[in-house]
Amino acid sequence: MLPSLSHEEILRYSRHLLIPEVGLEGQRKLKAASILVIGTGGLGSPVSLYLAAAGVGHIGLVDYDVVDSSNLQRQVIHGTSTVGQLKVESARRRMLDLNPNIEVEIYNEPFTSENAMRIAADYDVIIDGTDNFPTRYLSNDVCVLLGKPNVYGSIFRFEGQVSVFDARRGPCYRCLFPEPPPPGMVPSCAEGGVLGVLPGTIGTIQATEALKLILGIGEPLIGRLLLYNALDMSFDFVNLKKNPKCKICSAKPEITELIDYEAFCGVPGHDHEEGSAGKEWDITATELAQRLKNGAPLRLIDVREPHELEISHIPGAQLIPLGQLAARLSELDSAEEIVLFCKAGTRSARALELLLSAGFRKVKNLKGGINAWAREVDPSLPIY
Amino acid sequence: MAIIRIPTPLRPYTNGQSELTVAGETVGQVLENLVQQYPALRTHIFNENGELRPFVNLFIGENNVNDLQGVATPVEDNDRILLIPSIAGG
Repeated sequence: MLPSLSHEEILRYSRHLLIPEVGLEGQRKLKAASILVIGTGGLGSPVSLYLAAAGVGHIGLVDYDVVDSSNLQRQVIHGTSTVGQLKVESARRRMLDLNPNIEVEIYNEPFTSENAMRIAADYDVIIDGTDNFPTRYLSNDVCVLLGKPNVYGSIFRFEGQVSVFDARRGPCYRCLFPEPPPPGMVPSCAEGGVLGVLPGTIGTIQATEALKLILGIGEPLIGRLLLYNALDMSFDFVNLKKNPKCKICSAKPEITELIDYEAFCGVPGHDHEEGSAGKEWDITATELAQRLKNGAPLRLIDVREPHELEISHIPGAQLIPLGQLAARLSELDSAEEIVLFCKAGTRSARALELLLSAGFRKVKNLKGGINAWAREVDPSLPIY
Repeated sequence: MAIIRIPTPLRPYTNGQSELTVAGETVGQVLENLVQQYPALRTHIFNENGELRPFVNLFIGENNVNDLQGVATPVEDNDRILLIPSIAGG
């Protein structure tokens, strides 16, 4: 029995009611539906806004982060007035302002193997708007195990991917990507950046697919992957097939319950940028400043990209972008003491591993990168 | 000669180029010629044993080469090869 609509709702949704494919019955289906949005960031913002506006009756939001001003270039559900607040709270407030007829359930916790099945069990459709590989494999596996559609979207710089993974009717994420890339091989948005409007494009396509699934109309992106490139303004579609050897959705699956996804991917289940190379190899900005002041003969190597120097730089540092480091080792002397840094410590931690494997021992990683230097030592520098 | 589309994460290794025309009669030959022209790409496409990395997906037209004949899949002139990487941003 579908819920009825009030006069206020009928007026609000009149542009939907006019479309025969939606109509009164479709709008009532939307009101009865429940959709879980994992991540309230770049993708989760447009997804949640449009699902709320469309009148999806029950929307769940999972995120444990707080709104930061560096989010606002793309995370349009939040605002300057909600910087510092929990993302799920900030998003819920905006959604209920857009549409007070809906219910928004918030889960202010990371989505993990411990809570994922419990959280996802009550929802019809799951939307993957996460920002890291472990949570993407987790979202996929939860959907396969619970028999729910996973509306997948992911982004990097100018490039986006969208598909609907529904193992009951087609392939799953693992059919396409059986294994994650080695840690550090694929940069995250916190490291590599992203065009702010890109998640808008990809997220609205995810929301479209979710609404189609609920309404049972059109051709869902099951068994197809959309590849979008904003620079080329290209939309390519490829066909995806179920992998008969898929570890989770094949006839004889190896994986029958949730696993440890951070161990599986070798990276943490978040895209926070504070990078550390481990206590033994880190040096703090304050400590580095003290040692330089005392005249220690340190060689400072900046492993960022050339265009980042315009934003901030440390005088005396030599630029060797991480991608060139392996080919330029001859410029470094293993007898010298070397301090590596980047924006926030992630790339330099990787550079440190590279130097260690090349036999260097007197190397340190500036913990928190040049942003930590700006915070602790030189406040004249901007933080980015 | 096939046309290979290079995804954004790999463009730093192709001087920023998004599409490259590369010679070869099979997918494997095209890839080999590609990484010879752009050696920095090699580690992103092949593992230490020279096998395709499992997180790199290759499509000819709309079809995954794994559903065809893998790297032995023949390539016709002007075939479009898409390299689809894992990306995780959100």
